[in-house]
Amino acid sequence: MTLKDSDRTAEESEHIRKETGHVLKGFSRKRRNLIPILQQVQGRLGYLPREAMTGIAEHLDIPAIDVYGVVTFYNQFRLNPPGRHSIRVCLGTACHMKGGYITLDAWKRRLEIKPGETTADREFDLDTVACVGCCTMAPVTVVDDKPEGKVEPTRVDGILLAFEQEREEKGQEKSESK
Amino acid sequence: MKASERAVAVDAFKRIKERAESSWRELWKDRPVIMVGAATCGRAAGALDVLQAFKDEVKKHKIDCPVIEVGCMGHCYAEPLAIISKPGYPPICYGYVNPVIAERLVKEFVLPGKDNPCPEFVIAALEANDLLPSFNDFPRSKYEQKVILKNCGHIDPTDINHSIASGGYSALAKALQMTPEEVIDEVEKSGLKGRGGAGFPTGQKWHICRHERGRPKYIIGNADEGDPGAFMDRSILESDPHSVIEGMIIAGYAIGARYGYIYVRAEYPLAVERVQIALNQAKRRKLLGNHILGSDVSFDIRLFHGSGAFVCGEETALIASLEGKPGMPHHRPPYPATRGLDGKPTVINNVKTLACVRHIINNGAEWFAGIGTGNSTGTAVFALAGKIVNTGLVEVPMGTTLRQIIFDVGSGIPGGKRFKAVQIGGPSGGCLPESALDLPIEFDSLKEAGAMMGSGGMVVIDEDDCMVEMARYFLEFTQRESCGKCTFCRLGTKQMLEILSDFTLGQGKIEDIDSLNRLAEEIKNGSLCNLGKTAPNPVLTTLRYFRDEYEEHILMGRCPALMCMHLIAYYILPDKCERSCDACVGTCTVEAITPNKKRIKVIDQEKCVKCGTCVTACPPQYNAVVKLSPPSEVPDK
Repeated sequence: MTLKDSDRTAEESEHIRKETGHVLKGFSRKRRNLIPILQQVQGRLGYLPREAMTGIAEHLDIPAIDVYGVVTFYNQFRLNPPGRHSIRVCLGTACHMKGGYITLDAWKRRLEIKPGETTADREFDLDTVACVGCCTMAPVTVVDDKPEGKVEPTRVDGILLAFEQEREEKGQEKSESK
Repeated sequence: MKASERAVAVDAFKRIKERAESSWRELWKDRPVIMVGAATCGRAAGALDVLQAFKDEVKKHKIDCPVIEVGCMGHCYAEPLAIISKPGYPPICYGYVNPVIAERLVKEFVLPGKDNPCPEFVIAALEANDLLPSFNDFPRSKYEQKVILKNCGHIDPTDINHSIASGGYSALAKALQMTPEEVIDEVEKSGLKGRGGAGFPTGQKWHICRHERGRPKYIIGNADEGDPGAFMDRSILESDPHSVIEGMIIAGYAIGARYGYIYVRAEYPLAVERVQIALNQAKRRKLLGNHILGSDVSFDIRLFHGSGAFVCGEETALIASLEGKPGMPHHRPPYPATRGLDGKPTVINNVKTLACVRHIINNGAEWFAGIGTGNSTGTAVFALAGKIVNTGLVEVPMGTTLRQIIFDVGSGIPGGKRFKAVQIGGPSGGCLPESALDLPIEFDSLKEAGAMMGSGGMVVIDEDDCMVEMARYFLEFTQRESCGKCTFCRLGTKQMLEILSDFTLGQGKIEDIDSLNRLAEEIKNGSLCNLGKTAPNPVLTTLRYFRDEYEEHILMGRCPALMCMHLIAYYILPDKCERSCDACVGTCTVEAITPNKKRIKVIDQEKCVKCGTCVTACPPQYNAVVKLSPPSEVPDK
């Protein structure tokens, strides 16, 4: 199940406007600032929602489609909110040869989403990355910004199980403290 | 520049250098020093935990022993690496270090009075000695010649003093004594060619830009290393960022630029961080900014984060991206050297090219031209990956053969497997077979063989890898990264990809091979930039050297390397399967394996996702799971 744009609450929209405005204050209205602005907004929000893109377009006085064009052109930018945990499967040459595509299949199967999407409970987002340069550890999956080496289908299950346990423990702590 | 101002720069640098050298001497003053390789590759292997373990242990025993984070030595196969230098011993490099080993090394070797260098964890000593083998005794040392990687892994990239004490910025001080024309002349005479792949003479590029009238001029350091399987630029920026910055300042002086940009991929967060630190430090030392070393030369560098588009490695696309547009290339000429960023004259050099500059200025053009072969001077840096024992970074003089790099420096193929091909130059390069192994590495010879120098990714392929799948993989990559501007690149690669995908699905037709060849020619002719012009290379070279594999896929529906998922099936040999073992049943990720009445395990081919977990799970003494191709080979019950 993937997350949709319309699922957003009013609070979230307000938050998006505030953060975008904050970033825009630091930049002049030059077109050349577009990519650094997008990078900073994504750095704060984790993704680039529609409101943020239109806000940036207004600030730079360019058509919104130009902003959207740049966002969809570059791999770095995402249109979906990230999950609490990010899963990036490396598909560099070395990883591919050592079965990176099989690992990606395993993640897709378990999380039931495609690359570029976020699970409906916002727990995980899945994506691919061209190469993180850790070719000696292939196949690599970057889990929450930490490159994990030799991630085969059984390790996919192992990593997910560890997260699940963490979540359960936290849930228990919460209910106990209540 | 006036003579009096030149003298100012020399004196200013002398003071900086003295300060750096005294801090460097202080570091090595009668005490052990531990260095941990913590570039991205090291970190992926756990280098930060090792670093912490060393620090904790040193603190616990209250000894005077600095623990320093350094970059990548290039021996990535043995990460995490640590170098321990103890007075009375040669510096020793340890490999596969973990926190437990770190603790032991401190207790048994580093502590005062302890004398066990733990030879079981040693890779080699850095210098020849009577105690341990050194790197010079390795067969690979005969072929390697480290020029731009010399400091990598031996200095702290976040401390400019380390760089200056190891020879950094002396070339800048020297260049400021020369006229810009003399600097360009020196670089031209050295024969240095662009290390980003195309191999355009660097001096000539600078010369063109120097004589352009447009102002201001720009210089851009291209570190948008997008080739999957290549990590040379990342490693240099993480391990010795000052070498690139110094090269850029000299280039800026030579062409008369006031501003420069370093364009680094956002996928390299550590490189971004270290370059930023290096820029700040260089500025504080007056090596960068207004009035460099007190002279009348001013030059500034800004860091730009590339946003992840392979095509932005192409110079005109990179400029578009700097200007805040989608990274689409445009027609050359005009070349950026005449009309680049904001329409102004702009020189774009690869990171490795810039890192060569300091050595040319310091040692002279003749010295540089003396390395390598006539047409290709200097050294080549390669990132070795794939099915090779010693993965990592190597630097060899141009003219070294592929065989020497793969078998002597890289120690060949692991697991006793047979060499099949080597892929050079990433998605723009080609796959070369065994017969091409004696080719010397030069710009021209590789092009003739159908590959290209590329930026330096070298992926070794063994008998378990399917060449059709490799071609499909690279084409999928270029197809996805095609910016969409030229019709042939946008649609042609899509057609080629569909044909190749059909092959790997066993749905190809033999006449499709002709279509592939025709499309390849048309894409080459009909594309503006090198992404399109070289995109068919992986297909053309595999067709040229491995046509039999293509034919087997098409005519027999069989993948000889047993790699293409749709053309293989997993099968458990009943006579080898052990009744009392259910290892595969438990590990199958989709519960596709069940025991039959005789307790022999059977794979449900409908459910099987071909992940291969059962092969790993099956104990080696039974070895009952095999791959069969075509899938129809699986016997009916």
